[in-house]
Amino acid sequence: MNSTIAMITFRAMLGRRRALLLLALPLVLLVLAAVLRYTGNNDLDISADVLQKFGLATLLPLLALIAGTGVIGPEIDDGQIMYVLTKPIPRQVVVLTKLAVAIVLVAVFAVVPTLLAGMVLTGSTAGMAPAFTAGVLVGGVTYSAVFVALAVASRNAVTIGLLYALVWESLLGNFAPGAKSASIQQWALSVTDAMTSATPVKSTVDLAVAVPLLIVVSLGGTLLAAYRLRSLSVAHAE
Amino acid sequence: MSELRLDAVSRWYGNVVAVNGVSMTVGPGVTGLLGPNGAGKSTLIHMMGGFLAPSSGTVTLDGAPIWQNPGIYRSLGLVPEREAAYDFLTGRQFILAMAKLHKLRDPAAAASRAIGQVEMDYAADRTIGNYSKGMKQRIKMASALVHDPPVLLLDEPFNGMDPRQRLQLMDLIRRMAEEGRTILFSSHILEEVERLASHIEVIVAGRHAASGDFRKIRRLMTDRPHIFLVRSSDDRRLAAAIIADGSARSVQLTDKGLQVEAVDFQRFTWLLPQVSRDAGVRLWEVSPADESLESVFSYLVAR
Repeated sequence: MNSTIAMITFRAMLGRRRALLLLALPLVLLVLAAVLRYTGNNDLDISADVLQKFGLATLLPLLALIAGTGVIGPEIDDGQIMYVLTKPIPRQVVVLTKLAVAIVLVAVFAVVPTLLAGMVLTGSTAGMAPAFTAGVLVGGVTYSAVFVALAVASRNAVTIGLLYALVWESLLGNFAPGAKSASIQQWALSVTDAMTSATPVKSTVDLAVAVPLLIVVSLGGTLLAAYRLRSLSVAHAE
Repeated sequence: MSELRLDAVSRWYGNVVAVNGVSMTVGPGVTGLLGPNGAGKSTLIHMMGGFLAPSSGTVTLDGAPIWQNPGIYRSLGLVPEREAAYDFLTGRQFILAMAKLHKLRDPAAAASRAIGQVEMDYAADRTIGNYSKGMKQRIKMASALVHDPPVLLLDEPFNGMDPRQRLQLMDLIRRMAEEGRTILFSSHILEEVERLASHIEVIVAGRHAASGDFRKIRRLMTDRPHIFLVRSSDDRRLAAAIIADGSARSVQLTDKGLQVEAVDFQRFTWLLPQVSRDAGVRLWEVSPADESLESVFSYLVAR
């Protein structure tokens, strides 16, 4: 980790209007939770539905996409990454720092709001709030690693990431059960499933499969990002 | 004293060859990398700066490979052509961050020194986003100087600068060179390179076209046949006089005037006024017809 890189990255991510954009989605989740509770629509089924569909399946991948690609993609596109790479700092330190910043951002803007929404909706019933918090956290780490790697490897990281999150995980998952199992969302849900006794939470992937997959994909993403950054070539300007 | 060495370096993108078998050694002092736009200068600098792997050949700094060797940046400073710095930081924050990334012992002092070197103290506490082009160029220069590197690479440093900023930067580069640094900068403007560089490397269409001190390059560039357009009070008589004098290879009468192919640039420009005076012809206009840098370069390549 390098504190200077982290400082610059945080300032770039939280500067000006970007921070407001990051705040918008979690705010919607919290407002929704508050309204549901106020109107008495917070039974276990609805609460699980909101936390899963909104928290885990929408808020998390979108924020992880913004954070994961945002910590390094624009810098590569605009060329500022040169100022970091022309320093005697091993490239894996650069990648790990960027990843850590992305994870912190996901924690602040997705994990904490999920915990708060869960508390508002269910209190301590069936351990649902901490279960979803844990699921969003482990999913957030894996998503971040994947999206950071994507941002280093491709100029179209945001598009590819969106296609993956929206088309693969959400859409295809509804039609093809196989696609459903190969998704970070389901692995994260598996962790949540294991931690709560609530029946509406049902994952298609076994915990014994999900946890190794989460770890392998996170490590793989990190290694790929470090490897690609080592041989990052600048855009050919001429 | 550091030496940057390129050994039979080529770089291609698919079927397109950007740099073709270039070998050169860049030593202390200012070296100008001269060539028309698109000649492969940036590709070369990117390879020297470790941002591009050579497709074949080697780029080394004092014997150490540059590609995939971040340790090299302790002795290398790079000023990229692209303008983007961290626009949300102030100049001082930016340079201080660079000093910290270099893990210098006293980053604050190093940052102050580098900012002083580029004379940016007065604007150091403004955000970079509000800098002019010349100020950005200088703060980028400070970022490359903060760790006091023996080697400095500058990619088109004068692009978009006004004449005053240009002179300031030239002074700065000269000062850096006098301290014994190895400095290489790229430019497509002959005059810039001539004023600043003691040594010139010419790149045309990805190939190493010429190398040497600027007088030698200048001679190479002026010793070619030059074409002049001459208008006078009596073109016919002047044409006869020029042919008789022998300083031109051919003279052609056109409706725009005389088109003269001179053998020797200097001799011709020196002799023409005398010849016309002796012939009693008044010169109205003498203009070189092919002085574009591209035509000079293509002549060098064709040799």
